[in-house]
Amino acid sequence: MSFALKDDRSEKEIFAHRAVLASLFVLSLMLVLAGRMFFLQVTEHDVYATKSDNNRVQLKSVAPIRGLIFDRNGVLLAENLPSHSLTVVIERVENLDETLALIDTLVGLTVEEKSKFLKRVNQWRRPYEAIPIKYKLSEIAIAKLMVNNPFLIGVQVEAELIRHYPQGADFAHVLGYVGQINEREKKRLDPSRYKATRRIGKIGVERYYEDLLHGEPGYQKVETNAQGRVLKVLERQSPVPGRNLMLNIDSVLQKKAYDAFKGRRGSLVAIDPKTGGILAMVSSPSFDPNLFVNGISHNKYNSLRDSLDKPLFDRATRGQYPPGSTMKPFIGLGFLESGVTNWAETIEDPGWYMLENDERVYRDWKRKGHGDSIGLRHAIIQSCDTYFYEMSFRTGIDYLNPFLSKFGFGQNTSLDVGNALPALLPTREWKKANRGRSWYAGDTLNLALGQGYMLATPLQLATAMSVFAAKGKWNRSKLVQYIDGEPLLEENKPEDVIIKNPDDWDRMGRAMEGVIKHYMGTAKGLARNLNYRLAAKTGTAQVVGIKQNEEYDSEALKERQRDHALFVSFAPVDDPKIAVAVVVENGESAGSTAGPIAKQVIDRFLNQAKIDESLGALYGR
Amino acid sequence: MAGDFSRQLDLGDGSGKSILQKLHLDPKLLGLLLLLCIGGLFILYSASGQNMGMVYRQATYFALGFIIMLVIAQFHPRWFQMGAPWMYGAGIIALLLVLLVGVGAKGAQRWLSVFGVFRFQPSELMKLVVPMTMAWFLASKVLPPRLNVIAISMAIIFIPTLLVMKQPDLGTSLLIAASGLFVLLLAGLSWRWIAIALCTVLAIAPVMWYGVMHDYQKQRVLTFLDPESDPLGSGWNIIQSKTAIGSGGIEGKGWMQGTQSQLEFLPERHTDFIIAVYAEEHGLIGVFLLLCLYLAIVIRGLYMSTRARDSFSRLLSGALVVTFFIYVFVNIGMVSGILPVVGVPLPLISYGGTSIVTLMAAFGVIMSIYTHRQV
Repeated sequence: MSFALKDDRSEKEIFAHRAVLASLFVLSLMLVLAGRMFFLQVTEHDVYATKSDNNRVQLKSVAPIRGLIFDRNGVLLAENLPSHSLTVVIERVENLDETLALIDTLVGLTVEEKSKFLKRVNQWRRPYEAIPIKYKLSEIAIAKLMVNNPFLIGVQVEAELIRHYPQGADFAHVLGYVGQINEREKKRLDPSRYKATRRIGKIGVERYYEDLLHGEPGYQKVETNAQGRVLKVLERQSPVPGRNLMLNIDSVLQKKAYDAFKGRRGSLVAIDPKTGGILAMVSSPSFDPNLFVNGISHNKYNSLRDSLDKPLFDRATRGQYPPGSTMKPFIGLGFLESGVTNWAETIEDPGWYMLENDERVYRDWKRKGHGDSIGLRHAIIQSCDTYFYEMSFRTGIDYLNPFLSKFGFGQNTSLDVGNALPALLPTREWKKANRGRSWYAGDTLNLALGQGYMLATPLQLATAMSVFAAKGKWNRSKLVQYIDGEPLLEENKPEDVIIKNPDDWDRMGRAMEGVIKHYMGTAKGLARNLNYRLAAKTGTAQVVGIKQNEEYDSEALKERQRDHALFVSFAPVDDPKIAVAVVVENGESAGSTAGPIAKQVIDRFLNQAKIDESLGALYGR
Repeated sequence: MAGDFSRQLDLGDGSGKSILQKLHLDPKLLGLLLLLCIGGLFILYSASGQNMGMVYRQATYFALGFIIMLVIAQFHPRWFQMGAPWMYGAGIIALLLVLLVGVGAKGAQRWLSVFGVFRFQPSELMKLVVPMTMAWFLASKVLPPRLNVIAISMAIIFIPTLLVMKQPDLGTSLLIAASGLFVLLLAGLSWRWIAIALCTVLAIAPVMWYGVMHDYQKQRVLTFLDPESDPLGSGWNIIQSKTAIGSGGIEGKGWMQGTQSQLEFLPERHTDFIIAVYAEEHGLIGVFLLLCLYLAIVIRGLYMSTRARDSFSRLLSGALVVTFFIYVFVNIGMVSGILPVVGVPLPLISYGGTSIVTLMAAFGVIMSIYTHRQV
């Protein structure tokens, strides 16, 4: 239909008309471009010529000052100290080899400093960026460099603030450390925020709170001469310093705990049950985090990494141990809650237990057994295994697993411990998927002793103990108490543990007190010089599997194959203020290794609180 | 001035058929293009920091481009007309494939790997295919186009545009849209519709700004429009390129003497920002000469378009020429700081094979249309 109306001549005319218009359009836009170029190259020429000529105007990003970290009493844990470093602007240097040789003769360059510097030179960088070559210059070195200034064109001594950790190894795993930004991090970071920043939090609090600690950069427009020296600051926008953090940790308690290990391998975590605040968190042995700030040397790093004691490994949050009998208070509550037994029922313990249709003999740690009438209270005090075999068989995994998970096992419930591991609370499904076999009744018996597949971190044990001490009320564990004076908000609290008979919390607590006080208690040695009510449970975890009918001879085993000693506790029993979990690797006897460490820390915490109170009364506060 | 040019360039038309004409090439356009390419190599030598390897590679791209132009010029325009819808369909499928299985670079998927042997950018091809399809579609309709025709045209233009935008490649998608819209404008789209379209855009913009967009989206638009508000990020390029251009003055600092570019202040100096190097080293005089050369190519191209044999050829040829100019305008506008930064190379000067091949293919089409008009 439309074909009939097509008229090539008129279309040609329309096109010719439009083509003329298009030419005019093109011409006018060309005039716009020409006008713009005229404006830049003639009208504004002077402005841009100044910019581009020898006295170059540069825009420099100014790094913000990193936020400070304090302990709960205001003791400084991470600060920024002034330090002088030597930097080189490659574009200004005429002969890099000669300049490096001169620097070497003046202040000395190690092979490592040189290779790190050359590596940075070959990476992408902004033109005229100053590249650091040597840190922590001494006064003498600075003087030598200043005197030779005329021969060192493009080389500058820069003052900068460097992170310092005055508490050293005590806090290495908690605070972590800052280190130089590497290539991978560079890709991840927002370049406009990190342009002038050289270091970033690598692990611990420094990493988890990197965003808050870092602050917002400012910038300054500077006029520099041909040597790259700043002559004048033209415009400046000040950086916003990072936020200051106040931790829940008490540095005195932390030090006490770390020293209590006397270099032994292990970990302690102490939590305030009322808030979830982490009062102390120690992984022993540790290392000096200050080594990492300016880049640790290969030798030092290798010796730390390859040490058998694994000082770099954070046992508190990433060490996964079979919790052993420290699980009994939780599992015991589970028995009561499921209704399979009560406080009154007793069983007979011949020293072993057997399941129907199973040849395996499940032994009690006490070969002769705990007598013919043992109930829950004494199963806790004496840590009777047979009782737990029998009751866990009655209760079953399908009840125990969800009950234990209410205490945070198998999960990372911490609010701000970034890299804590969830460890493992096994389920039927987990075993099927990971071991390819069904869940056997025997697996439940092993679980009841905190053995078999079950794993927990010291942080999880302390958290569970803290929830227990608070009678089931949940507070997620947290390192930070205040951010710039603002309290840390707690989100997504797990559901409180509610039991049918709340009296059971007290009764179980008193049973745990018996572990210390009763003459048959597994940690009765701790009762001496005790001026508060302490509730506890010991545990040992096998490191080496023991075959059926084989004698366990600890003397013959090497030190590193001995059992791990575990200890969980809280105090005072009537008004819990602190919950503590301790693991001593290959500590063997919990009552004599892990227990005393926990007691020292609790002593210090509760007695210091008393001293503070009386001092407060004295000075009328 | 424009008239002078076309009259001058008209002189050669009466003479008998030269070898070039037998090869279906227009000697004047060819001469102008050669001039531009050779000049471009000199600019590149300086802008690349005297990198002869890069200059050789660019020369190879030019040679390849001229061969492609020559081959395409041999086709009769009716082949383009018949092939247009098929190429369009294939192009859309290729764009969809890019989104599904494309190869990414810098966060965007633009490449399609063919048998794992070589890679190509379907969006680049669409710069040619969209105007070709538009010309094919409009050529069969009564012109100036009516409302229903305009509606279908919009679909033809915006389906590929949106697909490319999704890659995401905003710059290329806008250029594809522009190349299609120019066909519509050259076909005589009535002023009423142009006015209505402009008014709609102007009316919707404030509604979007105050009603629909989130703060962070607004911030993005603001940085996009005013990169200097982010002086260390995307603003760095523009501040440096303006400094380079401005410090060049009237006469320039001399070939290979530009301090901004030679001291590596200027990023992407051999690709998108090459005009800044040129302006710094050759000054306003050099810039005017280059603009005149581009203007001559565009005017010659438009003149050739008016001489085409039918509506299809006219529309296609005209749109390709105007689009070529738009590349020039967008690139120089962005480097000199009057347009936001989108990744558009300076035609036949910036280093890079893809752009050269596409542009020379377009000139091949223009040559074919002009030289086949008498047949």
